[in-house]
Amino acid sequence: MLVASVSQAGTADTPPPARVARRMGIGFGDRLFGLGLTGAAWIVVLLAVALITALGWEAREAIVKFGWRFLFTSSWDPVQGRFGALPFIYGTLVSAFLALAIAVPLSLGAAIFLAELAPGWIRPPIAFLIEMLAAVPSVVYGLWGIFVLVPWLRDWVEPFLASSLGFLPLFQGPPYGIGMLAAGVILAIMVVPYITSVSREVLLAVPGSQREAALGIGATRWETTRIAVLRYGRSGLVGAILLGLGRALGETMAVTMVIGNRPEVALSLFAPGYTMASVIANEFTEATSEIYVSALVEIGLLLLLITIAVNGLARLLVWSVGGPASGGRE
Amino acid sequence: MKRWPILACMLAMAIAWPAAASAQMLVNGAGATFPYPIYSKWFEEYIKVDPEVRFNYQSIGSGGGIRQITERTVDFGASDGPMTDEQLKKAPGELFHIPTVLGAVVATYNLPGSPKLSFTGEVLADIFLGKITKWNDDRIKALNPSTTLPNQPIIVVHRSDGSGTTYIWVDYLSKVSPEWDQKVGRGTSVSWPVGLGGKGNEGVAGQVKLAPGSLGYVELAYAVTNKLPAASIRNQAGKFIEPSIESTTAAAAGAAKNMPDDFRVSMTNAPGADAYPVASFTWLLVYKDQPNEAKGRAIVKFLWWAIHDGQKHPAALLYAPLPAPVVKQIEAKIKLITYSGKPILAAQ
Repeated sequence: MLVASVSQAGTADTPPPARVARRMGIGFGDRLFGLGLTGAAWIVVLLAVALITALGWEAREAIVKFGWRFLFTSSWDPVQGRFGALPFIYGTLVSAFLALAIAVPLSLGAAIFLAELAPGWIRPPIAFLIEMLAAVPSVVYGLWGIFVLVPWLRDWVEPFLASSLGFLPLFQGPPYGIGMLAAGVILAIMVVPYITSVSREVLLAVPGSQREAALGIGATRWETTRIAVLRYGRSGLVGAILLGLGRALGETMAVTMVIGNRPEVALSLFAPGYTMASVIANEFTEATSEIYVSALVEIGLLLLLITIAVNGLARLLVWSVGGPASGGRE
Repeated sequence: MKRWPILACMLAMAIAWPAAASAQMLVNGAGATFPYPIYSKWFEEYIKVDPEVRFNYQSIGSGGGIRQITERTVDFGASDGPMTDEQLKKAPGELFHIPTVLGAVVATYNLPGSPKLSFTGEVLADIFLGKITKWNDDRIKALNPSTTLPNQPIIVVHRSDGSGTTYIWVDYLSKVSPEWDQKVGRGTSVSWPVGLGGKGNEGVAGQVKLAPGSLGYVELAYAVTNKLPAASIRNQAGKFIEPSIESTTAAAAGAAKNMPDDFRVSMTNAPGADAYPVASFTWLLVYKDQPNEAKGRAIVKFLWWAIHDGQKHPAALLYAPLPAPVVKQIEAKIKLITYSGKPILAAQ
């Protein structure tokens, strides 16, 4: 997206100034500038292509051997050399969307409070504290997860969920504490600061005239926020959520420490799971056979493609909901 | 400006530094993480023995060590599991396995009161296969008649990262349980029938500490330093042996009698009355014919030092030293290392 627009700007906009400049004899700097920008844009594109190509090449053995089955089988047996990525794909998607399910209401609520409701003096310290959360290294979240979150989930939250909502398949099985739920909660905490701070910026960018107009026609505070502010900023808000999703899909360390690392597709959130990033981090160093390494690289390739696909889908979503609003801003 | 002299000094140092370093030889190695503490101790101590040589060891994992020595991107490799015949065939030259120290793996658990438990390999295998699921199972009770065991599910905890520790553990289970051998087998990562995965010794220990009723396995050194309960395990001779440095070395002494010439031996379930059954060598991988004379000599001299004087260091770091008969066998092997066909040690 960004890349495409920059390169367009580079190719479409450079010729006229260059022509003018040549006539006037001062064009060298401008041309250099144009070339530099075009080059920068293309290098980014080439990097992405090179990355996919290199991963595909390194994974060729697994791709040839397992074919499409790799995506749909769940056996992961390094001893026998049988590999299937389904549990990892499932774990990555479920943990990331579980995280969003928890984080989005929280973050949007916090952002609306900070942008619309909070008294002026309280906004900077709260915003600062929330952004601080983004600076905590993920291994620290992981340790906190093991020592605080997991025992709490095991002793309180999971027994409670099992007794109150245990009829749902999502909340069945023994409460280990470690598992998909723990991973989702940790990820949620990690993405909250991203979504909150970007959403806050988006809401602050909504022009005051929008709010005044809504208030002017007699809207209540909630109606103003809903009609004038959220609606106006929705494409930006979707973008903020996407940023959080991207982070959740790729997060490795903290998730590895609390998810239980079991390659199994289980419906229950109490059951241990596994993610694509985790299995690469866990097993790559000691992967000795070639097919094993190749299968791990293929997981890396899949993670990259899934991230691109999810982001692409989300862009479509932004375009479909956000067209008029962004048009209105110009 | 008063800062100039300092800057000039720093510049002079920056220029002089590579010159000073180039007077020394740098020997590069990569591989297993399990012996990393003792290797880095050795490389540090060895500077006193031979100040001309510096060792640079990257603990990237056994798999990486095998790959890099096979591609000759490092001067020596290191692995916790012996290379397979297939892997050896891929190497461009003949590779020697040189045992350096021994490590042991212990079963640790979380039960009220941390009682001292005893297991047999068969019972451990059945727990890890998911066939024994409760602590008060009759087979566990029979081994621990004086302990009251709770009616609680056993939560199995294993390593989630590929690891030499896992290799030793499952190698032992494969030897004592035909079913394990057939269904799961040996490897640095395996397809676990049951249980949760923890990352690293600390991940397994952390989960065992926090979850009542759990059972996992960690390195001996890790269990001792963190004062984790460690089960006695019945050895081939029928005795229940507590894991310790002495019982680990005893395992190597027991295995020495049938030591194959290339040292690619699994030492688990070793014979010997006092041998702890879940123990193994860790190896350095070096080419029989060294491509570089000076580096070859440095490596050979280091290996000789490591299996003699170097053996006083492992105990402090809770690795077991090599038993004397094995040292004799390794001496013979080191003497076979050559540069362009000529033995390096004899040529000195």
